[in-house]
Amino acid sequence: MRYEAPTSTKVAAALLAKEKGKAFVLAGGTDLLVRMKAGMVEPDLVVDIKRIPATQIIKKSDSGFKIGAAVSGASMGENKALKKAWPGVVEAANLIGSDQVQGRCTMAGNLCNASPAADSVPALVAAKAKAAVVGPKGRRTVAVEDVVTGPGRTSLKKGEIIESISLPKRVAKSGDAYLRFIPRTEMDIAVCSAGVNLTLDSKGLVKSARVALGAVAPTVVLVEDAADAIIGTKLDDESLAALSAACEAACSPINDKRGTVEFRTEVAGVLARRAAKIAYQRAGGK
Amino acid sequence: MSGVHVSTTVNGDAVEFVCPPGETLLDVLRNRLNLIGAKEGCGTGDCGACSVTVDGRLVCSCLVLGAEVEGAKVGTVEGMAEGGELHTLQSKFIEHAALQCGICTPGFLVAAKALLDRNSDPSEEEIRYALAGNLCRCTGYDKIVRAVDAAAKQLATDATKSGKKSKRR
Ligand SMILES: Cc1cc2nc3c(=O)[nH]c(=O)nc-3n(C[C@H](O)[C@H](O)[C@H](O)COP(=O)(O)OP(=O)(O)OC[C@H]3O[C@@H](n4cnc5c(N)ncnc54)[C@H](O)[C@@H]3O)c2cc1C
Ligand code: FES
Ligand code: FES
Repeated sequence: MRYEAPTSTKVAAALLAKEKGKAFVLAGGTDLLVRMKAGMVEPDLVVDIKRIPATQIIKKSDSGFKIGAAVSGASMGENKALKKAWPGVVEAANLIGSDQVQGRCTMAGNLCNASPAADSVPALVAAKAKAAVVGPKGRRTVAVEDVVTGPGRTSLKKGEIIESISLPKRVAKSGDAYLRFIPRTEMDIAVCSAGVNLTLDSKGLVKSARVALGAVAPTVVLVEDAADAIIGTKLDDESLAALSAACEAACSPINDKRGTVEFRTEVAGVLARRAAKIAYQRAGGK
Repeated sequence: MSGVHVSTTVNGDAVEFVCPPGETLLDVLRNRLNLIGAKEGCGTGDCGACSVTVDGRLVCSCLVLGAEVEGAKVGTVEGMAEGGELHTLQSKFIEHAALQCGICTPGFLVAAKALLDRNSDPSEEEIRYALAGNLCRCTGYDKIVRAVDAAAKQLATDATKSGKKSKRR
């Protein structure tokens, strides 16, 4: 195995593209090194992206927040402006692993590892986040929900790297939230999860919303029917019941020792309802 | 496979080593630098026995490559005592019998120090959350939590006594 730590994304992409053997991006390494240790992957080349300045910054601008692909969960949690604008995204990223894992783990790595249970992904999808991808043929922008195509699989082509993840401009009266179910209080993989992001109008009615579920399908699912169920409402019981029902209808989870199909389906609906209430409150709704 | 040459700082000392590109920081510390405080419990990020800091951030050294610490500042349990005097956390661990076999102890000490560095007055719940990435098969955790709490209080008292705003760490 060779280790490279270039200082530009272009060079990193070129290194990955020209490697004939197995090549991997290394961000926080909290998935990659575990898989290397287990012998599940045997890289010929590892390209560490942490020396690339563009991957290390959290930048606020008129068009929203740009979060570099090497920014750790811990640094996201320390950024007050980001936390204020996108509390749901930050709380989702901060749920990943222990304090030790937080010191390293990244949202881009969480996304590219392509686990159906990845904690930051439902929150990113609900937030309508976009990934800035740099490859041997140049740059492109991809919606986060289009990056993962199945468990462990992404739409990224050979040599392509996510350089940063962008969250859209935050309009007034908006809020987001992420909840997961785990049997413990810390250090576990989501049995199911839900991310909700919404904006209210001047009367306090939900103007727009996005609802995304994790660990209930091969990829994170964006449930448009669930969003439609709460748009135009103040989250009364009836619309929340409709939101839960829409979420349940969108679930096609696996059955395993951590949760049955029935359990995951029902709890996903409950979490979405609770996350919607938190997001509503954060948006200033009463 | 050619080795990677790395210049770094460990507990304030400039250090150089050559390691295979796939070798973890944990193996570098233990097998090349003879710093055997950090332990390998699992090798997969679950137990925290290998906890160290890299540029002030708490990490599992089993999930960091040696090659990644080029130019970085690494802190290990060996750097906690100052001039033969134990760090308050270390003496409180002894006083409260917060260890039995001791395998997990260096990791807990490093993680607890990282906690107190950013939160000098943690609640019991905050202590338990901050140490959730460290596993102990012997103590049942209670004594560890009490030792960390006692250390936080002691450090606060010391700081008031010495009249300094910043605490000795
Ligand atoms: C003890 C422990 C607990 C954990 N708990 C959780 C948890 O609660 N929730 C959860 O969701 N996950 C959890 N994880 C998994 C892991 O920490 C997360 O998925 C993390 O976000 C991965 O980020 P990373 O930067 O460490 O990724 P890496 O390991 O660096 O990379 C992961 C994969 O993505 C690729 N990749 C990384 N960055 C890019 C990029 N910018 N462009 C293209 N490809 C890229 C890599 O090549 C690799 O295949 C845990 C892991 C451990 C060890
Ligand atoms: S040895 Fe690193 S976490 Fe267990
Ligand atoms: S004292 Fe034995 S593992 Fe903690």
